[in-house]
Amino acid sequence: MSETKSILGSSPLRKEGRPKVLGAAQYIDDLTLPGMWHGATVRSTIARGTIRSITFAPHINWSEYAIVRASDIPGENAIVHLPKDHPCLAAREINHVAEPILLLAHPEKSALLAAKAAIHIDYDELPGIFNIEASEAAVAAFINDPNDTDNIIWPGSSEGGTPNCFKNYQMYTGEAAPTESALVEAFEAADFIVEGEYTTGAQEQLYIEPNGVIAECDLDPVTGHVRGVTVRGSMQCPYYLVHALTLVFNLPEEKCRVIQVETGGAFGGKEDFPSVIGSHAALLAMKSGHPVKIIYDRGEDMAATTKRHPSRTRLRTAVSRDGKLLGGTIDVAIDGGAYATLSPVVLSRATIHAPGPYKWPHLRVRSKAMATNIPPHGAFRGFGAPQSLFALERHMDKIAYTIGFTPEEFRRRNFLSTGDHTATGQPLVEPVDMHHLLTRALADSGYHAKRAAFAESNQHSRIKRGVGFAAFMHGTGFTGSGERRLNSLVHLDILADGRPQVLVSSTEFGQGTNTILCQVAAEALHLPYDDILIHEVDTAAVPNSGPTVASRTAMIVGKLVERAANEVLATLRTQAALPTPHTREQFIAAAQRHHAQQGFLRASVRYEPPAKIFWDDDLYRGDAYPGYAWAVYVAEVAVDLNTYQVQVTRFDALQEVGRVLHPILAKGQIEGGIAQGIGYALYEKCVYKDGHLMNNQMTNYIMPTSADLPDIHVTFEEVPSLHGPGGAKGIGELPMDGPAPAILNAIENATGIGFNSIPLLPEDVYERLTSLTARPHGGAEDLNPVVDQATRTESPEVNA
Amino acid sequence: MTTIKLTINNTPATLSVSPIKRLLDVLRDDLHLTGTKEGCGEGECGACAILMNGELVNSCLIPALQADNATLTTIEGLANATHLHPIQQCFLEQGGAQCGICTPGMILATHHLLAQYPNPTDAQIREGLAGNLCRCTGYMRIFESVRQAAAKSLLPNH
Repeated sequence: MSETKSILGSSPLRKEGRPKVLGAAQYIDDLTLPGMWHGATVRSTIARGTIRSITFAPHINWSEYAIVRASDIPGENAIVHLPKDHPCLAAREINHVAEPILLLAHPEKSALLAAKAAIHIDYDELPGIFNIEASEAAVAAFINDPNDTDNIIWPGSSEGGTPNCFKNYQMYTGEAAPTESALVEAFEAADFIVEGEYTTGAQEQLYIEPNGVIAECDLDPVTGHVRGVTVRGSMQCPYYLVHALTLVFNLPEEKCRVIQVETGGAFGGKEDFPSVIGSHAALLAMKSGHPVKIIYDRGEDMAATTKRHPSRTRLRTAVSRDGKLLGGTIDVAIDGGAYATLSPVVLSRATIHAPGPYKWPHLRVRSKAMATNIPPHGAFRGFGAPQSLFALERHMDKIAYTIGFTPEEFRRRNFLSTGDHTATGQPLVEPVDMHHLLTRALADSGYHAKRAAFAESNQHSRIKRGVGFAAFMHGTGFTGSGERRLNSLVHLDILADGRPQVLVSSTEFGQGTNTILCQVAAEALHLPYDDILIHEVDTAAVPNSGPTVASRTAMIVGKLVERAANEVLATLRTQAALPTPHTREQFIAAAQRHHAQQGFLRASVRYEPPAKIFWDDDLYRGDAYPGYAWAVYVAEVAVDLNTYQVQVTRFDALQEVGRVLHPILAKGQIEGGIAQGIGYALYEKCVYKDGHLMNNQMTNYIMPTSADLPDIHVTFEEVPSLHGPGGAKGIGELPMDGPAPAILNAIENATGIGFNSIPLLPEDVYERLTSLTARPHGGAEDLNPVVDQATRTESPEVNA
Repeated sequence: MTTIKLTINNTPATLSVSPIKRLLDVLRDDLHLTGTKEGCGEGECGACAILMNGELVNSCLIPALQADNATLTTIEGLANATHLHPIQQCFLEQGGAQCGICTPGMILATHHLLAQYPNPTDAQIREGLAGNLCRCTGYMRIFESVRQAAAKSLLPNH
């Protein structure tokens, strides 16, 4: 073995960093193919209705344009998802604003704007459904009168889902019927019953590079039939687009080639949406006979592509005088938008994360994804967990104040620990120490001293300062049996010159995929990091290692790379006399020897589910994730009672993510996620009117700038995991979960008012602080009644 | 069409372009300098930031005519044949670039900042970069990159 120190845990230079800082990295809009045309999308201007007519104004020479409509689609008019409800192009029915209806292409990009304006579409418009409550009301009306389908905007599906509801889950800590009766007993025995309702808004991913692709089509010169398609683009999951193309073009997988180019940010926003824009560009390439580039401008990208699901979560909790959770019910509803897309999966993660890092003797979580006439909501970092953890961590503070505990002490009495079972019945085999994380996070941030100091200084100041925290976890990898189904595959090739090359479909979009996978390979092969190559993500060359989502790349794909590297070593040792230990020179010599004598060496490794990991999709019980990252985040805020602006003045983030593979990248991931979380809590509001996003610009959709953010202090506890390479777990999504509840908890500490809705903008703070007489913690809200069983007061139902 | 003369990355150029063409498009389409990016097209994100006569500008807001006789520096003009510019080197080492799309503008904003304040305070760094949005990093690694570039006094005097 060479004498180099461990590569895992060091911070080598980002693999593709040099071209990025040089401005030489080629993103999709930097590429031009010979004979390339430009494409544009004609979209609906109404939220719900049917197309009556489409007219093309005569002043445009339409023969210069390629025009695609739904009837031109050679395969199925559907974007690949389980219920095939999502059309590639609307043929007649319109279900949301900005729904694609026609596609145009022209050799000159500048010729598209006027052409789009010269197409007039008439509609028979219907009233739209624009939020969860309206969608629920429509269901209630339908149940009351089955003929009342006026506001049933989604019919249900044989793949699951009922009218207006894409998916629902029920999750119990044990079997359903016994849990229900135990819940009744728990609420009867409770000293306190605490209820609350919490809502979150849509959030735009706001990657700085908008969605874009270039498609080529191989047409049979005689028949004109499509023989194959190739799409290059900015994306997270090239094989998702392959599958979308197979459906739209009715082609086998090997005829649909997808190449990911340098991708300027994604955050979930380029998980499933490239299936739409990629299919569109490929259809235009088919129709025009030319390569076609589609790049959305910012306004189109924001108006037409996916956002984080808005949510409403209601908690009802039974608590004892000594601060123990006795039982609870959690009801989560998310707004899925007009088509099912990824909503069932987002809802699944929201459901499983709803109980947080706590012991619930008896718990029922019910959740549902409702249809609305808003563009489909989709993946965004955290994927449902930020919504339900926001609700839970606000509610934990509320319970604490209600029963007379500190937020810290109440949580300590209920934390999950090693050996405990999660709400899905998963035993926590690997060490979990939330008590230590909390102790350290509060100490590192100076929490207790600040709480005391602010209580004093707030009496004399119009700037109210406060500090709050959130305790939470995030499951790594696909939920439940997801990884088993993905069945991921990676290759590790040894090239003729002896250099190893990693082949995966896992994409780099800033998080550091290229770097950490090469680190893992280098560590396992005992080679310098710089020796490891990683292949361009081209589905003609790389195997399907699964989508680049769900905090799965480091832990799941990294482990496969590690195993492939071990296979290569074993092969070279048995077949090419590689000594143990070996130097870099000995490795290269053995690799070249193997190449000369036996040819090309490739190790292919497929995912193997860890032993004793089991998940029951029907009962929604079992081992939900192979591993969890655990965290406590502390926010310090200043609420200015002159401007009603909330400023986060310091942020401390402590997490246990297994072994940290690359400290600089890891910190960058956490800091970036926290910045998005701060935006989610305090800045970023999607304003809809009749289904139109009114602020589809960076001018009026406000994300945090460098001047807005506090110093973010990121620290790690490193407890190596059994499952990831070198003991790593996933970290990508975790930092999105904690900031919003920590900040709103800090605001309650500062002002005495519990805000339970995000985004929380200065006008919202103004509204509440000027319309309410603030009372001490926990009691100010009529909307969220608190019932002390000791006084035997009836509990009104929560309604809002 | 109008003829404009400018100096781009120390090289003189004469172009025949529409006078209202965005300088961003002149750079990308006519000069094939694609390191300058478009993020929003309305001067909010700074991905298209370049140096024009030493000032940091959003090239999406500049009509071509306004660049007549100007001296422009884009990201392609910072490094020499063998070495990264020290600011680029610090961004590379400190994790200042993640997805990389804001990086060219951010590096030019840093260049402009350090020309004004060779040893900037944290507040000056925050203010100086506030016109350049980054969605990946939360800015902390970028601040560190800027501090390193300043602290090592790596910036050539000019």
